[in-house]
Amino acid sequence: MKVDQLSIFLENRAGRLAEVTRILAESGVNIRALSLADTSDFGILRLIVSDFEKAKDNLKAGGFTVGRTTVVAVEVQDQPGGLNNILEMLRDAKINVEYMYAFVNQSGEHAIIIFRFDRTDQAIELLQKNNIAIVPGEKLYKM
Amino acid sequence: MIFDVEHETMPREELEALQLRRLQSVVARVYENVPFYRKKLDERGVKPEHIQKLSDVTLLPFTEKQDLRNHYPFGLFAVSRENIVRIHSSSGTTGKATVVGYTRRDIKNWGSMIARCLAAAGATSGDFVHNAYGYGLFTGGLGIHNGAEELGATVIPISGGGTRRQAMLLRDFGATVLTCTPSYALHLYEAAKEMGIDIKDLPLRIGIFGAEPWTDSMRNEIENKLGITAIDIYGLSEIMGPGVAIECAKVKKGLHIQEDHFLAEIIDPDTGEQLPHGEKGELVFTTITKEGIPLLRYRTRDISRLNTAPCRCGRTTARMERVTGRSDDMLIIRGVNVFPSQIETILLETDGLTPHYQLIIGRTNNLDTLEIRVEIDEAVFSDQIKNLQRLETKIEKNIKEFLGVTAKCKLVEPKSIERSEGKAKRIVDMRNSQA
Repeated sequence: MKVDQLSIFLENRAGRLAEVTRILAESGVNIRALSLADTSDFGILRLIVSDFEKAKDNLKAGGFTVGRTTVVAVEVQDQPGGLNNILEMLRDAKINVEYMYAFVNQSGEHAIIIFRFDRTDQAIELLQKNNIAIVPGEKLYKM
Repeated sequence: MIFDVEHETMPREELEALQLRRLQSVVARVYENVPFYRKKLDERGVKPEHIQKLSDVTLLPFTEKQDLRNHYPFGLFAVSRENIVRIHSSSGTTGKATVVGYTRRDIKNWGSMIARCLAAAGATSGDFVHNAYGYGLFTGGLGIHNGAEELGATVIPISGGGTRRQAMLLRDFGATVLTCTPSYALHLYEAAKEMGIDIKDLPLRIGIFGAEPWTDSMRNEIENKLGITAIDIYGLSEIMGPGVAIECAKVKKGLHIQEDHFLAEIIDPDTGEQLPHGEKGELVFTTITKEGIPLLRYRTRDISRLNTAPCRCGRTTARMERVTGRSDDMLIIRGVNVFPSQIETILLETDGLTPHYQLIIGRTNNLDTLEIRVEIDEAVFSDQIKNLQRLETKIEKNIKEFLGVTAKCKLVEPKSIERSEGKAKRIVDMRNSQA
């Protein structure tokens, strides 16, 4: 039910992001979803990729500091209230969302939201109990 | 004005005879009371009675800053703790600080030396001293304070920081003497100007600046902007604190060493050989009157030269040239002595960070700035911004706590710090390349 997310430390200067995408392109790794968090000095690039291990090894070899984080991908109805329903559920269970980012699936019916929770296992349990569709990592990587 | 005519204008033969008597006395005292020195002297087969003339000082062992650290905190004291009336200490991580202790007589001597310094700078008992050196473990604040009182001047113990308030009190109280680091004097000038106060229009007439290296062009800038006479003062806590040497306002060429208390030498920093007067090398001092923690041939790492020619001011004491550099990697940031190794220790003690770092020293608004770039590694990396920012803040807090300097920490990518021949370039000092 969990998804491996790649996190990469980037200095805030021109060309660093391009260096990451160059390495991934040369490795034949596809990016499924991404988000970039930034401060004035540095940023953290978060990626869901088609081949986690290959991407990680090649980025490390390229001199980047990379990390593995467990996140949860949730299918949300692409209609008003779809996300709100899930967030209220999490709020009531006092589960905190550290960050999240979304992308729309090719079918167009669902949005997929990547969540980083403070308590991942409890969050998965809660979502499953409420019949929220969780996209397993294996499926997401091949999407 | 000369505060202590007897000692400051003593004929040189007499002065040197006094120095010899005092040197013999201090060697006997440390041999008797400081196991570290007894062992060192025994190893060299030197007994106190072997000191027969001043040049016999070369028989004595050197003392290094590391020796003080190795005997932290009180291991080199030559008197029992009951006879120590005050402790000062340099910044440093636990166990790495250098600690010095003063007896009642040491404090009295120090006070009279500072009084001599203030007088040499042109101050009298009628002056009003705005003392902006930091008070506390640092020797600057309390050292100047005692001496100003000894002279009979009025002293305001304003200490460091709170620059706007300093500018206001400088105007309201009408101080005539300012004591601080030279860079702080310029910073204070700019801050006052922003408040509509032009220091040039105030009664301030003398500035006594030290604790960091400065140049003659900086002196000219300070003198022109503030409308004062700017005087260089030299000292280091291991030897005493400020007041080891002072420029005279009359000539302003070299700093008069308080030779009745300190025996100065210049050595070749590589070989340790004593160099003749007039040659450039590392300054070495033996404290010949100090009781609390007398030091033999203390290596200052400051590069200077000595001049024993008589000075037009009437003093007969040797003058040291303004310090032009260091023979080690010590940095002086806002008057605080910082060794890169101390920062390395702090980084290692903060979540086991790798020792890949670079120190960038700059100057903004006449105040030194310190940026610490630290290469991030997987052990401390996080996917969350807040965790990395917390790490930066923690490093900044530890640096401030242990070293007393404000630093900005910046995490950088691995291998991004410039390396030459595999060795990281640790220090980038941009202060001299900036206006």
